[in-house]
Amino acid sequence: MRHKEKTQVTPRSGLEKAPTGINGLDEITYGGLPRGRPTLVCGPAGCGKTLMAMEFLIRGATQYDEPGVFIAFEETHKELTQNVASLGFDLRNLEAHRKLLVDYVMVERSEIEETGEYNLDGLFVRLGHAIDSIGARRVALDTIETLFASLANAGIVRAELRRLFRWLKEKGVTAIVTAERGDGTLTRHGLEEYVADCVIVLDHRVTNQIATRRLRVVKYRGSLHGTNEYPFLIDKEGFSVLPITSMGLDYPASTERVSTGVPRLDAMLGGAGYYRGTSVLISGSAGTGKTSLAATFVDAACRRGERCLYFAFEESPGQIVRNLRSIGMDLERFVKKGLLKFHSARPTGQGLESHLVDIHHRIDEFKPQAVILDPVTNFIAVGEAGEVKAMLARLIDLVKSRQVTLICTSLTAAGDAEQQSEVGISSLMDTWLLVRSLEAGGERNRGLYVLKSRGMAHSNQVREFVLSDRGIDLVDVYTGSGAVLTGSARAAQEARERAEALAARQETESRQRAVERERAVLEAQIAALQAKVKAGDEDLKRMVGDAGAQARTAAREQTAMSKRRMADE
Amino acid sequence: MNRNSVAKPVRRAPTPKVAWNLRLYVAGQTARSVRALANLKRICDEKMAKTYHIEVIDLLENPKLASGDQIVALPTLVRRLPPPVKKIIGDLSNTERVLVGLDLRPES
Repeated sequence: MRHKEKTQVTPRSGLEKAPTGINGLDEITYGGLPRGRPTLVCGPAGCGKTLMAMEFLIRGATQYDEPGVFIAFEETHKELTQNVASLGFDLRNLEAHRKLLVDYVMVERSEIEETGEYNLDGLFVRLGHAIDSIGARRVALDTIETLFASLANAGIVRAELRRLFRWLKEKGVTAIVTAERGDGTLTRHGLEEYVADCVIVLDHRVTNQIATRRLRVVKYRGSLHGTNEYPFLIDKEGFSVLPITSMGLDYPASTERVSTGVPRLDAMLGGAGYYRGTSVLISGSAGTGKTSLAATFVDAACRRGERCLYFAFEESPGQIVRNLRSIGMDLERFVKKGLLKFHSARPTGQGLESHLVDIHHRIDEFKPQAVILDPVTNFIAVGEAGEVKAMLARLIDLVKSRQVTLICTSLTAAGDAEQQSEVGISSLMDTWLLVRSLEAGGERNRGLYVLKSRGMAHSNQVREFVLSDRGIDLVDVYTGSGAVLTGSARAAQEARERAEALAARQETESRQRAVERERAVLEAQIAALQAKVKAGDEDLKRMVGDAGAQARTAAREQTAMSKRRMADE
Repeated sequence: MNRNSVAKPVRRAPTPKVAWNLRLYVAGQTARSVRALANLKRICDEKMAKTYHIEVIDLLENPKLASGDQIVALPTLVRRLPPPVKKIIGDLSNTERVLVGLDLRPES
């Protein structure tokens, strides 16, 4: 059954390659080791040559259906099985299924007397027999240099080794040959002269009391390869090489927004919060509330049903949960539901590469939608600023390629220019929030600034950052006569303004009342005048009426009188 | 039985069983393997006088037997009896070294 290819690399030349299946190695070599040719793996004692050779065979057998033969010159079969079991590889099972064959070749100098000419046909016979019996396509020889130690005739050994590598090529098997590093030469006995197609050097260095392993492809005939030194790890899943080149800068950019957990902060960030899948830096000096702000985001995310992975490098999960309860946040219930996972460790426990791989594995396992690193500046204790930045760059690439939102808190030493983040990582971050102590009038309050937020319009105003048992609140800061007022000064200012507003209101009211009074008076006057007009009208009407009545009466009397007079005639 | 009587002469070997058990590993009939076998027979005849048994194992026919005695170089001579096991590689042309290797005491 073929293993699905993880990488989309195609061989650049006609050279066929045997994929190793080792994390990251196939990427550096653009496809794997040269097929049908021997590859030299050299390094000092304890650098992992045997494990690499073994992993090459085991993955070849389990993932690519290519059986392999391991010829061990130094460890016994039993020792090998035990050593390899720590990587989670079950040698016995593979041998039972005839996918792997281990032969221990012991050449003990004290037991051998050389009495004339000889050759190493015995080795050829055993190797040939082993390869033929399981149809092996891969071979590992670890460490063939012991032959030089055990057999006095170096000339014969050299000639036979040359013959052996030619023979391996003819057999068409892809071989890994391990050798110990020489002083100033790649190998102690000059094996690199015979095994010249591909040379990989392993190194095991201790800097700042932390051990790191590194790998370099010194030579790869006929193929492009990554030429830098790459850190690698050996953990319970085998080798992991970390090539920075595999992280390209071509991840998709989401336009979805996620709430920060503080409504006013969302408003400051273009109205809706962070973009999903971006990196956020929250920096500030000690005690400014960075963890609380990060936790508010976690709280909001978990409420939405999203998974969060919280890496705590300073406090234990229990302590964080307890501290956050004091501001009214209960993260415990999300932990119980499986939405929130804490991982807490001091960075000084392992090297930067180990951390990166560890974080990588945990993200792979838990598949969160958000990752929090709190605080990221603790890594300075483990490596130099440049290395920490490189490691974070890789982490950010990893996280962005999966559309996971990353929140990092960063401690800036009090008194430093707060905008200088020690690790120089602010350029890697899309959004940068700064929490600063504002001292005034004998108090220290916190102010929150949005220093940058790529891709959105953001507020340039400072807000006062208040922690209460109800959670986080962002309050407007008052700027009166050029000073920024927070805390009790703000409260005083607010009271003052309230008093002023009240006074203004009262004044308005009294003026209103005065105007009304005047109006009432005028209206009364108007009413009186109107009444006068009305009375005059009525008088006039009465007069007109009276006059009419008089006229009518007069006319009637006239008529009556004339009637009486006519009666006289 | 008189203790002071003359002791019987010490009986020399051979005992009915063979004292030396030797295995010669080769890969086919090459000039070297033929030479080795010839050299071996000569040394045995000179030094062991019929108390030896030589077994020739051709690894081309029986490759599985190579790992048992941890054979890397060929030809290899393995002294199995008397113990301890000793290995000698080469065509056995250097007789001195063969004797040292086989831990053969010079006969008195």
